[in-house]
Amino acid sequence: MIQAEAKNINVWYGDFHALKDISMTFEPNTVTALIGPSGCGKSTFLRLFNRMNDLISNFRLEGLITVDGQNIYSKEAKIDEIRKGIGMVFQKPNPFPKSIFENVAYGLRVNGINDRKTIQETVERSLRQAALWDEVKDDLKKSAMSISGGQQQRLCIARALAVQPRLILMDEPASALDPISTAKIEELIFELKKSYTILIVTHNLQQAGRISDYTGFFYLGDMVEHDLTKKIFLNPSNERTQNYITGRFG
Amino acid sequence: MSHLEIDLEQLKNDLIQMWNLVANQMEKARLAMINGDKDLASEVRANEKLVDAFELKIDMDCENIIMLQNPVAIDLRFLLSVLKINYNLERIGDYANAIAKSTEHSEKPWPTDIIDEIKIPEMFFIAQNMIQVSLASFEKGDRKLVKGLFGMDDKLDKINNSINPIVCKLIKEKQDDIPMLLDAFSIIRKLERAGDHITNIAEELIFYYDAVVVKHSKLNKKKI
Repeated sequence: MIQAEAKNINVWYGDFHALKDISMTFEPNTVTALIGPSGCGKSTFLRLFNRMNDLISNFRLEGLITVDGQNIYSKEAKIDEIRKGIGMVFQKPNPFPKSIFENVAYGLRVNGINDRKTIQETVERSLRQAALWDEVKDDLKKSAMSISGGQQQRLCIARALAVQPRLILMDEPASALDPISTAKIEELIFELKKSYTILIVTHNLQQAGRISDYTGFFYLGDMVEHDLTKKIFLNPSNERTQNYITGRFG
Repeated sequence: MSHLEIDLEQLKNDLIQMWNLVANQMEKARLAMINGDKDLASEVRANEKLVDAFELKIDMDCENIIMLQNPVAIDLRFLLSVLKINYNLERIGDYANAIAKSTEHSEKPWPTDIIDEIKIPEMFFIAQNMIQVSLASFEKGDRKLVKGLFGMDDKLDKINNSINPIVCKLIKEKQDDIPMLLDAFSIIRKLERAGDHITNIAEELIFYYDAVVVKHSKLNKKKI
């Protein structure tokens, strides 16, 4: 079974060929880490799945991206509807300047859900799933900007979970956090994969090893190797992968 | 060269030294036995402490590299293999020490006709050759040398399996030499076990080179 798929993907920014004929599939309830040096195309690839690259004026895409079998770049696809089903967590926590409660409730209200009880239940469930509930349950009206960076990041994850996405995209979600907050995020990712499919861009190879089932190594726009994380970190098939993960790159 | 590569290179050199030390211990144990040289046997016994110290140092260096540098892929396989090769070399060192102890405590030199009949020189030759071939493979990273080791171990096993009737016959014929014959019987077992440890080392080398686990497997290792 396939949750999401990229098929023969080519991306250009103007004349720059950023992704070259990439095909990958992602199974449900798995975590896939995308690794590679800066500028290799891994974040561009991640952002294809919620059409964030569309905002870049000279962006051009060839190939097929599907989520749950739906071509998310088809003419009929509505970008707002697509994004409702795909959560995104960024490197820097970006809570809205609202209360903790309203941050999580926001996506529900945008989706037209106004029933108070439903919203309260969903906010609690999402904060629990994001392992934040116990820390904030007595301060739900407090500004989201007043909690720690690690808590803010988990709040952003709770916000993404509230709309029950089909796919969660994470772009270096723990790189701005201290080790304790990082460990909480990693534990959380491990728990979340029971219910969600997750793609995560990370520069932290140990983190990729700890949390992911599959790893994809990108280099200069090519997807060099995509395999089980255990295979990649014990016996990669490609010499470039081995050189990168063992620090002998370049 | 990165910090990690320098540490791994140093570790490799240390393990080669350990390998050579154990090879020397086995050669001295052999010479001491054949020549009835108790001084040389005592030297082997004294050097056993060096082998133990080397084992501890290599273990500690492996632990430090794993702990501090998070090695992966071929580097991780190298370290895991070194840990196990180190253990197996130390055990071979123990056998050299035990053989030297027999020589040190023997009341008279080993009669040449007896040790030839029970094929001790041949077993030493095979076991020592196995140590050298495995070391050459590790030093040069030569994958092809490994598979020959399994055949050599088979030869040791064959001699070991054929030796009981010969020892029984000698015990009947040479009643005065029974303590010595029992010692010889024990030495044969130790040389056979040394071969098993080199086989373990060969399996670790295959894991290091190819990430393939062949121990306890029914694969024909000579064809790997």
